[in-house]
Amino acid sequence: MSLLKLDNVSKSFGMLKVTDSVSFEVAKGEALGIIGPNGAGKSTLFNLITGNIAPDEGAVYLDGVDMTRKPAMSRVQAGVGRSFQIPQPFTHLSVFENLLVAANFGGGHHGHAADDFCMDILDQTGLAGVADATSGSLSLLQRKRLELARAMATSPKVILLDEIAGGLTEGECVSLIQTIKSIHASGTSIIWIEHVLHALTSVVERLMVLNFGKMLMIGDPAEVMDSPQVKEIYLGIEV
Amino acid sequence: MTPSMKSSATKIVALIALIGLALVPVIGSRAMVQDLFMVLTMLVLALNWNMLAGFAGLVSVGQQAFVGIGAYGMFAAVILWGLDPLIGIVVGGIVAMALSIPVAFFAFRLNGAYFAIGTWVASETVRLLVAQWKALGGGTGTSLPKGTTKDMFGVDVIKDLIDGSSSAAADALTYWLALALAAATLLAGYMFLRSRMGLGLQAIRDNAEAAKSVGVDPTRLKALVFVLCAFGTGICGALLFIQITRVTPDAAFSVVDWTAFVIFITVIGGIGTLPGPIVGVIVFYALQRTLADYGTVYLIVLGLIGISVMLFARKGLWGMFSARTGIDLLSLRHPAPRRP
Repeated sequence: MSLLKLDNVSKSFGMLKVTDSVSFEVAKGEALGIIGPNGAGKSTLFNLITGNIAPDEGAVYLDGVDMTRKPAMSRVQAGVGRSFQIPQPFTHLSVFENLLVAANFGGGHHGHAADDFCMDILDQTGLAGVADATSGSLSLLQRKRLELARAMATSPKVILLDEIAGGLTEGECVSLIQTIKSIHASGTSIIWIEHVLHALTSVVERLMVLNFGKMLMIGDPAEVMDSPQVKEIYLGIEV
Repeated sequence: MTPSMKSSATKIVALIALIGLALVPVIGSRAMVQDLFMVLTMLVLALNWNMLAGFAGLVSVGQQAFVGIGAYGMFAAVILWGLDPLIGIVVGGIVAMALSIPVAFFAFRLNGAYFAIGTWVASETVRLLVAQWKALGGGTGTSLPKGTTKDMFGVDVIKDLIDGSSSAAADALTYWLALALAAATLLAGYMFLRSRMGLGLQAIRDNAEAAKSVGVDPTRLKALVFVLCAFGTGICGALLFIQITRVTPDAAFSVVDWTAFVIFITVIGGIGTLPGPIVGVIVFYALQRTLADYGTVYLIVLGLIGISVMLFARKGLWGMFSARTGIDLLSLRHPAPRRP
């Protein structure tokens, strides 16, 4: 059985159909990449999965349970973790406390178990050294790592990454990919929206292309990138 | 000093202050007892308002609704049901908490400045309704029956203890209740903010959207704080009016006395910090004492100080002190556990 399933999900803002009958499934432990031009409806798709936006039609299932009418908070508790495109740390809290909030409320961890759980994630994401630093004082790479770590602290079954590699230098990007790979290796499913294609294709097993709210294609990353349609629409190359 | 040494030093200082304050009715004058009673009750109101505005982001200008209904709840318990005023205090707290639920139902649909105005309107509505309550004197209000406070539970014992009149003993009793209430409010606030709910509240204050994305339910947490603060404020209102012994709708629901001064105290002391209201109430009391003879000048000076602090020390006197010295009393931080 698939972990996450979208069944004919549609959403319009006024006359504009931003998500048009999208259906796909993500298996347990799978990493799926999503690409598409600006305005293709990638972030809206994420919001439909997290419950920040309710779909007009269709249904969202997690572990076979219909989540379509569930509010965002209970979807987090059920196992949908997310990172924001622009990092949104709790700036007055320390890095450790940022994770502690997520572990307590989203992950259902309490007391010393929550402390240990958070420290494990800080180790995994390379933030253990700045655990007590105020999150407002972090560098961009550290903030991106914190986005990732905080989402992990909600004990997600599937983690949604929204352009987490954007704005990083090449070296930073490489080190972040290592972390994402280690999260993937630990069995967490990943859905990743990204413009930095080499970062994306080095991790994901399948790639989806969105255009004008429609799912254009989904499949093996190399095949998808080779398709003339994708080159024309996404890369702007006339074929 | 290590953090644990600092924490025990804080505890010792707090204990000494508490014992010193507890001894005031025994060794101090009655005027001093009455003055400090007002200081302690204002501190309770400020601690509650600080929890709302400073931590939960609920800038209420309608807290006088809970002071007033707490006071009227106590009066109803004493006059209509013949209960001891001390039980009346609990009644006042419960009535205030009950009132906070419908107020929250309406006010929580509003945000920011609209929430502030909404709570004020709610309070005025309650004031007008209470003024229709003929059994408690309607618009002109009523007094506690003669001798009520002298017959309060415990007054006899205290009379012997402090070797004074019954009314001095009643003053001492309400004073000790105010001291206990202030200490309990401070401690409860500290423990709440240190708990997972407090951490969630601080996360919401920093970024509500991100808080939701990690599973925090802002509305539920804020509603909980609103209801609990209404309880504390209602108890304090009931206690205040046992000491005042006379209640009118205008006095009990006074926005200036029970909210404007309280905002002043919290803002100059340091909003969103636990020691802030304590610093604020000391400054407020000092100003009141030195400027008491100057009439309206007193209010003008109060206003000017409030504006200056808001402009030049946005985190209040405690916030400024804390930032300069690095001293953080009643810290809410959760340090990461050390690992080998």
